Amino acid sequence: IIASEYHKKIKDAFEVFDHEANNTVDVREIGTIIRSLGCCPSEGELHDLIAEVEEEEPTGYIRFEKFLPVMTEVLLERRYRPIPEDTLLRAFEVLDPSKRGFLTKEELIKYMTEEGEPFSQEEMEEMLSAAIDPESNSIHYKDYIAMMVVDDS
Amino acid sequence: MGCGTSCSTKDRKSEKVFISHGSAALKAALIIQNWYRGYSARLKARQRYALTIFQSIEYADEQGQLQLSKFFSFMLENYTHIHEKDPELVARLFGSTLQDCKDRQEYVSCIDVPDSYNGPRLQFPLTFTDIDILLEAFKQQQILHAHYVLEVLFETKKVLKQMPNFTHVKTSPSKEITICGDLHGKLDDLFLIFYKNGLPSGSNSYIFNGDFVDRGKHSMEILMILFVSFLVYPNDLHLNRGNHEDFMMNLRYGFTKEILHKYKMHGKKILQILEDVYTWLPIGTIIDNEILIIHGGISESTDLNLLHRIERNKMKSVLMPPIPLDEDHDTDLKTKVGATIIPREVKTNGSLSEQLTKHEWEQVINILWSDPRGKRGCYPNKSRGGGCYFGPDITSKVLNKYQLKMLIRSHECKPEGYEICHGGKVVTVFSASNYYEEGSNRGAYIKLCCDMTPRFFQYQVTRTTCSRPLYQRVNAIESSAIRILKERMISRKTALIRAFQLQDHSKSGKLSMAQWAFSMENILGLDLPWRSLSSHLVTTDKNGNINYMSSFQDIHIQKPVKEAQSTLIETLYRYRSDLQIIFNVIDTDHSGLISMEEFRAMWKLFSSHYSIPIDDFQVDELAERMDLNKDGSIDFNEFLKAFYVVHKLDKLSKSDSNLP
Repeated sequence: IIASEYHKKIKDAFEVFDHEANNTVDVREIGTIIRSLGCCPSEGELHDLIAEVEEEEPTGYIRFEKFLPVMTEVLLERRYRPIPEDTLLRAFEVLDPSKRGFLTKEELIKYMTEEGEPFSQEEMEEMLSAAIDPESNSIHYKDYIAMMVVDDS
Repeated sequence: MGCGTSCSTKDRKSEKVFISHGSAALKAALIIQNWYRGYSARLKARQRYALTIFQSIEYADEQGQLQLSKFFSFMLENYTHIHEKDPELVARLFGSTLQDCKDRQEYVSCIDVPDSYNGPRLQFPLTFTDIDILLEAFKQQQILHAHYVLEVLFETKKVLKQMPNFTHVKTSPSKEITICGDLHGKLDDLFLIFYKNGLPSGSNSYIFNGDFVDRGKHSMEILMILFVSFLVYPNDLHLNRGNHEDFMMNLRYGFTKEILHKYKMHGKKILQILEDVYTWLPIGTIIDNEILIIHGGISESTDLNLLHRIERNKMKSVLMPPIPLDEDHDTDLKTKVGATIIPREVKTNGSLSEQLTKHEWEQVINILWSDPRGKRGCYPNKSRGGGCYFGPDITSKVLNKYQLKMLIRSHECKPEGYEICHGGKVVTVFSASNYYEEGSNRGAYIKLCCDMTPRFFQYQVTRTTCSRPLYQRVNAIESSAIRILKERMISRKTALIRAFQLQDHSKSGKLSMAQWAFSMENILGLDLPWRSLSSHLVTTDKNGNINYMSSFQDIHIQKPVKEAQSTLIETLYRYRSDLQIIFNVIDTDHSGLISMEEFRAMWKLFSSHYSIPIDDFQVDELAERMDLNKDGSIDFNEFLKAFYVVHKLDKLSKSDSNLP
């Protein structure tokens, strides 16, 4: 029963991005679909998943028939669980060792675009538009997290 | 896609703060990036869901429109019954008013432009100065006087009449052409296009691919700018008819209302001429004998040669199909209703010579209403109720048949303003940004030149100088979409509850997700991701079961009269758009009033055709209660406005946005 409910959930999410209604989606939207189902793979993990669902000869499109079984496994195994709020908070605190309670715009940009799995310019701008306090040009991360978590639930 | 380091779940759970600052920062950054990407993806998915809701409901409404057209056909075919009860009603409905609008002198000259008028003044024959005058005036929110509107409409009709059904255009390296899609009364988008791409002129050609009007608030202004530009540059500004260039669509989707509101008593004349002007709009454009530009799409039987030949002006409304009239039938019409009441040019569908053949009519419908899809073949367009869905094989077949390379069409809102499908052979271009709601989509236009690949330009009109962050925009469109979805649910509350209860054998008030989703899809007829939307529409218990009655707790339809029964209210609310159109059609002098007899006759016909199980006398009673001044006439706008949905959790009580 659980598997069939997962199937329906996956189908719903897939269909919303299936513009031509022919059971395929653009590979560039697969990340969005997987994440919209509540999973949080890293970019590297996403890369691996895509390799699993792609055609032998990559066409730029992912077919539902290949996507469904792989995604069902992911959901059943509860892989790529989302990050808990307090882990996220501690991550920000690591980047703010002097415990000011905020990060400057430059600091955030530096960490997000130079470390880890760097943001693209578009991702960086998007994050800044919501996170930054225009008067102080800084990110008060505790408030920011609280706001985003409510919105996301 | 980021550097090679991946962070496994095990690492994340057992993270430690290392002494080396670099490594801790790396891990922290990874966590934040990972979280952000997940959050951002979910925002984008929510945006998509909202768009899917808007689109499904829009198409379901179009289906409703087609149902209505069948009702009108039904009325026409049963004229004898109506006639027996009310000969005047028949005359009103089917009598011609075309006699009145023949004489231009009579119209234009009897409307004076007072000296006190501060709006734009046009000078005929029109020149490019008049285009500038209009643009400036409309930027200042001025309204063009009815006198000029009528002059422009008459002139436009005169020039359009000389145009063929398909305009053939040639481009050259020095002369590109710009193609715009649906504008739907969004004046800001037209301003933006002209700002980015320049005004139309002899060296800057444009094609506007239909749907200039309806939905947006400035349909009249857009129409005037386009028509005036057309009159100044008839060989360089091309207008194709869209499915909304149709008086019946305007009745439901807002343009008629806009005209009557802006022009009041002159509005009626404007509407009459406009009906006619629409029918003279060309069907499409062909560029360099290679690219076909039409509003909707094609079908497997699309016959371009036939379409080049038909008398396109006989297509009054795409929603009033030709009725099969044989000789006897025709005589019947004349003798029963009287030759004087129905002259040969009947307003809707008349004698054989005034209609297209059924085949011709279907050809035009397909051009104006069809949508491309990935599935091969050609099959009826269920969501809209008109035209068809055509697959890539159909595109290849039809394009090859006429040695064409590409089809450019509009008709569907796309998040990026344009979309390419069928292996590059079909392009959709849509020029109304923020069509459903601010932030819902971009607009786009195409620039074409022979032998060069088409170039796409996108834009989005924003009301404030800095756009709001993504999450705020998504919240706005999501709550707007959920709102109209809930209004749809409540308009079918009785049927929904019945369906839920049928599945709820233990009468627990709960259903499984699968059961709930099944009923929702069945009753509402909307193909939506119900599981993902459920959190917005119902509450669930700790076992994941749906409390199906919870949807109806924070929303109800306002009762215009205390004693009225809920099912009656619900039915009237559900059909209010259709009723509004019917009343508008009956109300030929656009007074906003109809008599009680007309109301009763119409309701009887309507409820029998739509199989509505409501007692006639209940509706009667309601109407009488609402005839506030007891003079035997009903202000139907007031009557219909009285049915609106109250969202109890609204801080500012907003009346529903569904009325056109």
